[in-house]
Amino acid sequence: MNNDEIKAALTSKSRSAKLERRGKIISFLCIALIVIAVFAIFAFVAVRGIATFVGTKVTLWNFLSKTAWAPGTTDASGVPKLGALPMITGSFGVTLLSALLATPFAIGAAVYMTEISPKWGEKILQPVIDLLVGIPSVVYGFIGLSVVVPFIRNTFGGTGFGILAGTFVLFVMILPTVTSMTISALKAVPRRYREASLALGATRWQTIYKVVLRSATPGILTGIVFGMARAFGEALAVQMVIGNAALMPKNLISPASTLTSVLTSGIGNTVMGSLENNALWTLALLLLLMSLAFNLLVRWIGNKGAMK
Amino acid sequence: MAYSLDDRFIRELSADAELAISTDDLRVFYGDKEAVHGVSLPFERYKITSLIGPSGSGKSTFLRSLNRMNDTVAGSRVTGQINYRGLDLNSPDIDVYEMRRRIGMVFQRPNPFAKSIYDNITFAPRRFGEHDKQTLDELVETSLRGAALWDEVKDNLHKSAFALSGGQQQRLCIARAIAMQPDVLLMDEPASALDPISTAAVEETMLKLKEHYTIIIVTHNMQQAARISDYTAFFYSGQCLEFDETRRIFTRPKITATDDYVSGHFG
Amino acid sequence: MNAKTADKIATGTLRAIAGIIVLILASLLGYILLRGVPQISWHFLTSPSKAFAAGGGIGIQLFNSLYLLLLAMIISVPLAMGAGIYLAEYAKPSWQTDFVRTAIEILSSLPSVVVGLFGFLIFVLQFKMGFSILSGALALTLFNLPLLTRNIEDALRQVSFAQREAGLALGLSRWETVLRIVIPEALPGIISGLVLGAGRVFGEAAALIYTAGQSAPALDFTNWNPASISSPISPFRPAETLAVHIWKINSEGIQPDAAAVSAGASAVLIIVVLLFNFLARYLGQRLHKKITAS
Repeated sequence: MNNDEIKAALTSKSRSAKLERRGKIISFLCIALIVIAVFAIFAFVAVRGIATFVGTKVTLWNFLSKTAWAPGTTDASGVPKLGALPMITGSFGVTLLSALLATPFAIGAAVYMTEISPKWGEKILQPVIDLLVGIPSVVYGFIGLSVVVPFIRNTFGGTGFGILAGTFVLFVMILPTVTSMTISALKAVPRRYREASLALGATRWQTIYKVVLRSATPGILTGIVFGMARAFGEALAVQMVIGNAALMPKNLISPASTLTSVLTSGIGNTVMGSLENNALWTLALLLLLMSLAFNLLVRWIGNKGAMK
Repeated sequence: MAYSLDDRFIRELSADAELAISTDDLRVFYGDKEAVHGVSLPFERYKITSLIGPSGSGKSTFLRSLNRMNDTVAGSRVTGQINYRGLDLNSPDIDVYEMRRRIGMVFQRPNPFAKSIYDNITFAPRRFGEHDKQTLDELVETSLRGAALWDEVKDNLHKSAFALSGGQQQRLCIARAIAMQPDVLLMDEPASALDPISTAAVEETMLKLKEHYTIIIVTHNMQQAARISDYTAFFYSGQCLEFDETRRIFTRPKITATDDYVSGHFG
Repeated sequence: MNAKTADKIATGTLRAIAGIIVLILASLLGYILLRGVPQISWHFLTSPSKAFAAGGGIGIQLFNSLYLLLLAMIISVPLAMGAGIYLAEYAKPSWQTDFVRTAIEILSSLPSVVVGLFGFLIFVLQFKMGFSILSGALALTLFNLPLLTRNIEDALRQVSFAQREAGLALGLSRWETVLRIVIPEALPGIISGLVLGAGRVFGEAAALIYTAGQSAPALDFTNWNPASISSPISPFRPAETLAVHIWKINSEGIQPDAAAVSAGASAVLIIVVLLFNFLARYLGQRLHKKITAS
């Protein structure tokens, strides 16, 4: 190449420059599509969900606080019977109880794996946790239905369906999530903290309890919130064992329902655009907002932890 | 130790020296921080110029701005001129990709691709449209000979580049760079990650390469600079304080800071 | 109680907890496999299901699951690749990038039933695709995209920056460098992520109930016209998958052998998911060896 050719090549757009431009545009479009999808999900569900309250006698407060859920019927004063409190109670009930049950197990297993026997943990516990994550939720539901429900029926009486059965199923489902996040949190605690504590004469247990767990608290909390988010949003496994009665739960073994269980069994049986159908979309909106709230909670814990 | 940064000596090259590339008041900024403060240096064709100086003196940053590799760092900005064949390479009109084909670079750590030796060399030429098998074969041989690696690998061209030793990998990277037939070869401490024997091999390669290429090399190794380069530029605190023929820099530097550095008083 | 005794008790308790978790998995797997595997036969795996009578198989559902998985991966992998490349290579640290990351995080934490309902609104109703494989595949894409994108981004970031510099210094664009240097090197991580994602998609039911539908019309395996509703490769036919089938027969099934069919189907589902898991590990290691081999 002579000098002029080189100069011309240097000052015109090369094939690589064009490819780079194209690549940037293509990859940007992909990411834009995801962001648009997220917005679309919120927008579409919100529009349907809010329609319940537009031009009807249903108020947000009634929707959240009334206990009678009988779409299609109205009470004495002509207000549709759309009280979602039983489902809200059911959802929060199974979520909190399963998280309460899973937390000690998760922390115990994580401590065992990181502090007591890393070798055994790495070899056996880690694959076990990975496999538990991989089991599809309908399988959990099926086992709940064929093992947990009869077990509760035989032990405590009643039908066996209810919050307790849902709690047990969700406990196993969220356990791996909470455990693996707790493990990461414990692993992130610097080695020197443990060494400093042990050097001061603390026993291993004192070190774990007073030093390791304390400094890993934000990470463990994040794991628990993630587990709760999963429990709150789980649909089929819960729907299969909770009994699907839109009633205020009297106790842990009476048939109940959650937001997700009413949604899965209801959407197909109502006419689009009807009040009954819109009310279901309001439940879906509620689910979305809760999932957002769990996200914010995780962020908030993250920021708090980072500030310390 | 603090040195007066106003105290500089930049030797003018003789009028008949042919320049491959030169800079004019080149400044590099990272965000608000100015890392290189207005460096103007000439690089003579078919010569080796060493850039020496303590860590953080801006010599690597300067080198990486010559083929605009700093463009890839978020928040970086370069002002001033890079003169090459009557063009300013720092101008936005320049196609950086075409430019980098003319100004090749070898990095501190050998970074061969996870491909065979043969593919490491032919990868870029093929991307730019060279598909003739015989041409590519010849290119592989001449490039590997140029990098003094041919005899060691000629029977294993289709083995993974990762199977080579560190020194061989670095020479493969040199071969990969010269396969593009650039005018200028930038080398960023090319031997710092290598053992003495590999270092000697790479140095020998460079002395051979200067018959066809202009080489600019950043090095921390004073003996290396003294052994191989024709010119040496001493960088300190983002400035070039002294530029001269290598033998002068190492025997009779004009500036105290250079003298202290090359005699090992700091750095 | 002195500190030493406390230490011993604590260690014992922890050991017990770890043991219980292993026991839970063992009994879960044991239960499903012991009850399910005896149900599995060639007939069970290939014959259509029966709505009212005993002796139904899962042939069509199994085929539907695999076909839906294939379609969902074909749609989601290129998108996740593009998005992952953008995040790993082009996104500069800024509030816009943070915003995009937040959106992806939110999408990944959305309950899958909500994703399914959105798919029902948009694909089934709005775009008039009806209950179809296509609607299901698109819903699964939404479900799969965020995790896949993050996985690809992580895999790309694992590749050292020096490889990118090498490409750029030769005059290649970032795009060419990523496509031809970085992605091949990140392939082990990407592949194991894809396979794990495939396992997740294969077992998903909630996102499909109202998109791919809950019915499995008979298929004519000699009909390869994609526009025909009885053709197995038609993306426009409703398609109950294996996971949906398990849910369906357990919540409203009236087959006399519902429990046996569910156990068999669950066993198949778990075996496939386990296979995906092992495949992910094996392929990842194998490819890694091959790419870095001497």
